[in-house]
Amino acid sequence: MEWFDAFIVVFASGMRLAVPLILACLAGLWSERSGIVDIGLEGKILVGAFGSAAVATVTGSMWLGLLAGVAAAIVVSLIHGYASIDQRANQIVSGTAINMVAGGLTALIGNAIWSQGGRTPQLPAEAQFGAIKWPFVNEIGALPIVGPIYQHLISGHDIVTYIAFLLVPLTYWALYSTRFGLRLRAVGENPAAVDTAGISVRRLRYSAVVICGILVGLAGVYLALGQTGYFQPHMSAGRGFIALAALVFAKWRPWPALATCLLFGFLDALAIRLQGVELPVIGPVPVQAIEALPYILTVILLAGFIGKAIPPRASGIPYVKER
Amino acid sequence: MSAPLKPLPAWADVALIPLVNVAAAFVISGFVVLAIGENPLAAVQSLVLGALGDLEGIGYTLFYATSFIFTGLSVAICFHAGLFNIGTEGQAYIGGLGAALVALHFGFLPGYTLAVAAIIGAAVFGAAFAAIPGYLQAYRDSHIVITTIMFNYIASAIMGYLLVNVLRKPGQMNAETTPFRDTALVPQFHEMLAHFGITWPVTPFNLSFLLALICCLAFWLLIWRTRLGYEIRTVGANPTAAVYGGISPARVTVITTLLSGALAGGVAANVILGDQHRLILEFVGGFGFVGIAVALMGRAHPVGIILAAILFGVLYQGGQALSIDMPKISRDMIVVIQGFVVLFAGALEHMFRRPVATLLARRTAQPPI
Repeated sequence: MEWFDAFIVVFASGMRLAVPLILACLAGLWSERSGIVDIGLEGKILVGAFGSAAVATVTGSMWLGLLAGVAAAIVVSLIHGYASIDQRANQIVSGTAINMVAGGLTALIGNAIWSQGGRTPQLPAEAQFGAIKWPFVNEIGALPIVGPIYQHLISGHDIVTYIAFLLVPLTYWALYSTRFGLRLRAVGENPAAVDTAGISVRRLRYSAVVICGILVGLAGVYLALGQTGYFQPHMSAGRGFIALAALVFAKWRPWPALATCLLFGFLDALAIRLQGVELPVIGPVPVQAIEALPYILTVILLAGFIGKAIPPRASGIPYVKER
Repeated sequence: MSAPLKPLPAWADVALIPLVNVAAAFVISGFVVLAIGENPLAAVQSLVLGALGDLEGIGYTLFYATSFIFTGLSVAICFHAGLFNIGTEGQAYIGGLGAALVALHFGFLPGYTLAVAAIIGAAVFGAAFAAIPGYLQAYRDSHIVITTIMFNYIASAIMGYLLVNVLRKPGQMNAETTPFRDTALVPQFHEMLAHFGITWPVTPFNLSFLLALICCLAFWLLIWRTRLGYEIRTVGANPTAAVYGGISPARVTVITTLLSGALAGGVAANVILGDQHRLILEFVGGFGFVGIAVALMGRAHPVGIILAAILFGVLYQGGQALSIDMPKISRDMIVVIQGFVVLFAGALEHMFRRPVATLLARRTAQPPI
């Protein structure tokens, strides 16, 4: 039973590590399904994290922090939207610019205000999102098998985690079962057809960009107010890019996105768990190999060795209305 | 919709619009400084003095500029083929591995041929690491932007593993190799000038700068004066037309990414062989991403790239002085400026086109008095 408990603990930690990935990945999914390629997720996570930590520090309220983080990420998203939709910019260039500005500006402002090298002060527990204990957690937790699952996997997470997991079915439903979702997917495949039907391509794409901002902002909020209780420069540590990899790996679909993010989160937890552990035969575990696995798996997928990852047809291409 | 724009005069297209774009980036950066509560003009003064105020500052400025010329060229050559190589960072990092392996294991090479071999090692490793995304883009239809992002992280993992577990000098805490022998080093300018009795302050500014300038010339010859350069530009302008012209876009893509990776390896020549004299962790430190800003600002032309690289050299060196003079403005300010340059000179490059065109049209339309 010991290995089972250990597995549950690692899995629960993987689940927590997957939360920002899930949020950022869904954000990218909304954006790219509408035809706006977004490699600026990394920068927007930082903006969301900084906005929420800064406002929570000043006001002492995590809810105001959440609003601020999400609002800041929406603003940055709209800049990307303006460049991509109205200025018909190269979306890769715009995303690169956003990553640079976001990474620099959050550290710069954080340092200018708090003079701790860009770090914001540690928030008190009441200004962070705490774990929510489900009913009878101790009683059910004592049961075999079901107990640890209930105690560690179902109960004991913060509100953003539950929101993240609920957003997966919600995204699936919105994209595949609503008129808005159908149109949004259509605009990512064939914007001219959508335009011909008398629907505004511009408006649809802007809506997608705003939804992307909300979700990726939440990813940042989770890092700052859920996981750590402060903001630190570059604390996203490449999660925006892992989310991008997960998006490709999931072939731009919500449920596979969840599975991929959980897998990548689990790998991350495993790498932390195996740090310095000596395994029989292999010797010390090459932690870097596990850390690089999400990227390597994505490249192998992109190379076409396990299925084919085909992006939305119009993604990355600015729409030019016929004159 | 509005009427189509009249074409701008050539001078406005080549000089005015890019200048307006870069100016916009610096004006916005000025507002950021203002918002922090410092005087932007005083900040510029401190920055320029720190970078160009004395010979030491100039040495460091040109040392940084050397790296930026290499990364700028690396990104720019891909621009000409219509490719966006974000992987310069990782290619330069792996280039460092090539330089170090040659420097440490080819000690039998006579004299400075070892240094030359180490530079070639850097170029070969950089090119080899770029070859995989290039091949995947050309033949397996996977997007080079995504693969090069992944490869940056893979490079980081590989180098982390090798430096910690394999290459580390025995008994050493820091993850770094043993220092290279003297003949593997690229000579620094202050040493060379000392031979002629000229004293120059000790800076890491080294001969790689000349190599970078030679690369610029070679870049210009290749892109505008050779058949391969013509093929690269044709593929970049219109891959379909290139096929009809008898050019294989796949072949051109692979060759271009190889050259791009080799150019990225130049960073290792400058930083590892010219300054650090041993392989260290994270020596590229974001210079690959500066290359994106440099290539965009320099409009993928060697002359523009040299000017943009020197400007960023001034920012990097001056940023250090600035962060001491004004502690509120940390070195992150440089990354912010870099980002705004990419935003305005790259993503929003056409934003000022219409206002400028309207302005010019109004001026030329005025009736003579």
